[in-house]
Amino acid sequence: MNIATAIDSVPLEALPSASEAGPAPKRIVVAYGFWIFLLSDIVMFAALFASYAVLVRSTAGGPSGAQLFNQATVAIETACLLVSSYTCGLMSLAINSRNRVGMYLGAVITFALGAAFLTLEIGEFADMIARGATPQRSAFLSAFFTLVGCHGLHVTLGLIWLIVMMVQASVFGFAARVQHRLLCFSLFWHALDIVWVGVFTVVYLMGVSS
Amino acid sequence: MNLLGKLDWNAIPLHEPIIMGATAFMVLVVVAVLGFITMKGAWLYLWREWLTSVDHKRIGVMYCILALVMMLRGFSDAIMMRAQQAVAAGGAQGYLPPEHFDQIFSAHGTIMIFFMAMPFVVGIMNFAVPLQLGIRDVAFPTLNSVSFWLTASGALLINLSLAVGEFSKAGWWGYPPLSELQYSPGVGVDYYLWSLQISGLGTLLAGINFVTTILKMRAPGMSYMRMPVFCWTSLATNLLIVAAFPVLTAVLAMLLLDRYLGFHFFTNDAGGNQMLYANLFWVWGHPEVYILVLPAFGIFSEVIATFSGKPLFGYRSMVAATMTICVLSFLVWLHHFFTMGASANVNGFFGVMSMVIALPTGVKIYNWLFTMYGGRVRFTVPVLWSIGFMVTFVIGGMTGVLHAVPPVSFQLHNSVFLIAHFHNVIIGGVVFGLMAGYNYWFPKAFGFVLDERWGKASFWCWFIGFYLAFMPLYLVGLMGMTRRLQHYDNLAWQPWLIVAMVGAVVILGGIVCQVVQLVVSIRARDKLRVTGDPWNGRTLEWATASPPPAWNFALAPNVTGKDAFWTSKREQAKQGKPGPSRAYEPIEMPKNSATGFVSAFFAVVIGFAMIWHIWWMAGLGLLGAFVTLLAFAFRRHTEFEVPAEQIAQFERAHQAGAAV
Amino acid sequence: MRYGLLAVVLIGAATLGGCTEGVLDPKGPIALAERQILLNSLGIMLAIVVPTILATLAVGYWFRASNRRAAYLPDFEYSGRLELLVWSIPAMTVLLVGGVAWVGSHDLDPGKPISSTVTPITVQVVSLDWKWLFIYPEQGIASVNKLVVPVGTPISFELTSSSVMNSFHVPQLGSQIYTMSGMATRLHLQADHLGTYPGLSTMFSGDGFADMHFTVDAVTDDGFAQWVRQTRETGSALDKQAYADLVKPSKAVAPFTYRAVASGLFGSIVNAGMGTQESSLSICSTSQRAER
Repeated sequence: MNIATAIDSVPLEALPSASEAGPAPKRIVVAYGFWIFLLSDIVMFAALFASYAVLVRSTAGGPSGAQLFNQATVAIETACLLVSSYTCGLMSLAINSRNRVGMYLGAVITFALGAAFLTLEIGEFADMIARGATPQRSAFLSAFFTLVGCHGLHVTLGLIWLIVMMVQASVFGFAARVQHRLLCFSLFWHALDIVWVGVFTVVYLMGVSS
Repeated sequence: MNLLGKLDWNAIPLHEPIIMGATAFMVLVVVAVLGFITMKGAWLYLWREWLTSVDHKRIGVMYCILALVMMLRGFSDAIMMRAQQAVAAGGAQGYLPPEHFDQIFSAHGTIMIFFMAMPFVVGIMNFAVPLQLGIRDVAFPTLNSVSFWLTASGALLINLSLAVGEFSKAGWWGYPPLSELQYSPGVGVDYYLWSLQISGLGTLLAGINFVTTILKMRAPGMSYMRMPVFCWTSLATNLLIVAAFPVLTAVLAMLLLDRYLGFHFFTNDAGGNQMLYANLFWVWGHPEVYILVLPAFGIFSEVIATFSGKPLFGYRSMVAATMTICVLSFLVWLHHFFTMGASANVNGFFGVMSMVIALPTGVKIYNWLFTMYGGRVRFTVPVLWSIGFMVTFVIGGMTGVLHAVPPVSFQLHNSVFLIAHFHNVIIGGVVFGLMAGYNYWFPKAFGFVLDERWGKASFWCWFIGFYLAFMPLYLVGLMGMTRRLQHYDNLAWQPWLIVAMVGAVVILGGIVCQVVQLVVSIRARDKLRVTGDPWNGRTLEWATASPPPAWNFALAPNVTGKDAFWTSKREQAKQGKPGPSRAYEPIEMPKNSATGFVSAFFAVVIGFAMIWHIWWMAGLGLLGAFVTLLAFAFRRHTEFEVPAEQIAQFERAHQAGAAV
Repeated sequence: MRYGLLAVVLIGAATLGGCTEGVLDPKGPIALAERQILLNSLGIMLAIVVPTILATLAVGYWFRASNRRAAYLPDFEYSGRLELLVWSIPAMTVLLVGGVAWVGSHDLDPGKPISSTVTPITVQVVSLDWKWLFIYPEQGIASVNKLVVPVGTPISFELTSSSVMNSFHVPQLGSQIYTMSGMATRLHLQADHLGTYPGLSTMFSGDGFADMHFTVDAVTDDGFAQWVRQTRETGSALDKQAYADLVKPSKAVAPFTYRAVASGLFGSIVNAGMGTQESSLSICSTSQRAER
């Protein structure tokens, strides 16, 4: 008797299996699908990170990260985003307990912090461009603006989404699909935080230290 | 400032008789089709039942129609190239000038990969996977419709490039710096980029949809190890889509930034790095090969098991092999450019990895062999395609492993030997598989089988034509001919290229036979009408009517083992009568939605506007897409209920039909 | 039909082995070794591919539904021994060919110098739109679309591109390698037999690509010395101005030579990335990307 047969004789059916339960409820399916989307988004960011890593030294005689980055601004940006993740979590709790006021309050603070982040980032970009450090200057700057800008674009889309969701909540109340979408929004917002931690580490910390 | 950006009357190549002829032909066909629909008064039916449908079966069928139409387009490019290379020897220049020939080979590759093979694969998955899983629809039906229409938008843009402007002349990979603005200032590369971005988004959404469907939506009792192998290979394919397509999106976006905003990702100056593009492109590109071929492997597994009257041999091996390929496919991309000058260790590693991936593939071949062993093989059309595949694919696999040996690749890289190799695996693997699947599931989709004789004629034309067209290319490749030559001096190559041309004509015969097969079958559909289970099938799709009702299954099937339908047929035969009947219940179905069609319309507007630098129009398109999304998000009624009585009525009629 | 085709293939391969130009007719040590690896790998794989094809056809034919003499085993779906066999046959093949690949990619690494008692000659290759420039830095001459090398002497190539990517390939001498702007790749080849061999670009580079081929004349040492002497006496010099003229896109250029070359031209092409076309833009841009 060989090994393969021995494995075969283990009665698999005896074990109870969650995978035989039939189609999952809508809430699970929606959140799961959105998770998969987030994974794909993170893969896209991975490609941008890889490009940035390849091109980081290709400054073509132009300014390098150490000359450009302002750690104070970036620290405030990071704080804004991290705190907004917390308030987004509070918003989720409020939704779960059907607390309308809590939800709106959480959304407003999350939105304000996100907007503050964006404002700071746009200011930082504008400052760099004014100093001649445009994305057209060097491959390094192309990769920098694309990576950080892509994250910024995601934040912008998140803010628009949040507005739409608040309107939806006021029209439909705590309908199931509104809840599903708010759940997806919070997943999205936390994922942006994770990406930002990567950006902060790879671009700003490592950029200034080297 | 010009209101129409770069667009003016010069964009239409009126001085090119071949292009204008092709355009006129296409316009005529489109007008004829539209006229036919109008004549039949079918617009409302078409809009309600197809264009806005979120039914996975109809979307699957539309994907396949798109793929078949694009196959005709891609094939006409192919036969033009073969004809050019058959005549343009010695001092002769042939009938295609370089700037036209270059567009043709670029369009051929792009169309065949992205708009023939991809939609065909996704279409067959769309049709079969939910049925095999025993469920009513995919996880996100409206998103499914959006995916399809985005793919169709990409196809529309690429065909538009024939009449308005030009297509890319930089090959289907679009390597920079050739594809950069400096060396390709025309709109061709922009057509390439935008059509791939739009259809790529559609494919990504489809991938997300199917991963969720397969992992979260199976019928009760269908554990992972009871899933049909086609569902397993579809799962692997969609995981690859989710993991690989974002990389393509990113790399094409970088090239777009280079071209539109003067960034320096891949330019020659300011520190750009062209090999970054090649690496990222093939990080997507090699998994893409498996995205295409894995579902084909799944189709062969279903076809061979069904028509051998046996379960698939080594089911668990098959699953393990599929998932191994899925993972390994991300570790082999560098074999597309061993000649870049990487170190011997890097080349050696990727060479060995590329061979390791041949291992699970080899296992699959033997498992199919042993599935036939001890069976009663019925030589239907799908089986012919499958056996044709097994014979052809091992040759393609062998030449593939040859290319994975770096010193061999140093000699044969970019030669027509390589062209022969990948057509060997893509035609012999993917296309043969899709044809098998098309003949296999057609009766399920439409309720009548395809004509057997024309199907066999088509197979033999394709099979013989393939060998005639590509075996000579192996030889000419060894003789030192490189790919993409608009003309050549070496007269020793010409006889072989003429044979290849003849092969392409024989393949054309195969395509004609397929068209005839379809027409003949539709005309004789009343004679070819079949029940829900024409092939004595094994999996759940054969347990319902042909064509299945919108809700697929009146009652959710209860799966008790592998080959669910086969098992239940056996049990019924033992017990002598059907199991205890359950009462029908009303079913919630998703409502049709124009979201997919409308958002794809705006995608075309955005793409076209960006290609021609018509900024205001791109802005309007973006706004339109956003409003469409809002309209979808604010719908009040998303589902409707099918009453139990209607279901019971359908089931009675279906069972009466089955009894006859 | 299939066997007919196979016969055609085999006859074709046999004729190819004889005298036609191509990778099966090697004229140097690298191409010779690569042909050997090609044939070895092919042999290893044919040993299982041919039986597999035959077995597929035989099993399919014997177990056809109409053959009542064939056994019907509707439950034959698993056999541990067969599974082991099924995994081990391809595994063994992969092991063998994988070994060939690993060893081969080290032995035949394009960047590895050819061991020889003869002092190698350096040739710097620049792919232009759409022609090849060969610079002989030691001899101080250059040629376009014509490469002359002495037989039996290792040639050490340094390669770059003035514009888009190309691939330098002489099938009868062996390995090809990419030429890329702003980077210098390395390649080592040698011709062992007198003769004229075709060379070409194998990476599509635009409208003039089809004519972007050149000839390699493998001559005796004396012949080479004579060619160098003659070249030094005729033609113009390749200075900055002449290079700027040469860079302009042109198709199907007939071979010609330069009697002298500005020193350091190759290096400045690599460094400038774009050569003299846009040197003001990119004078300092690409130096850090040059390999090795």
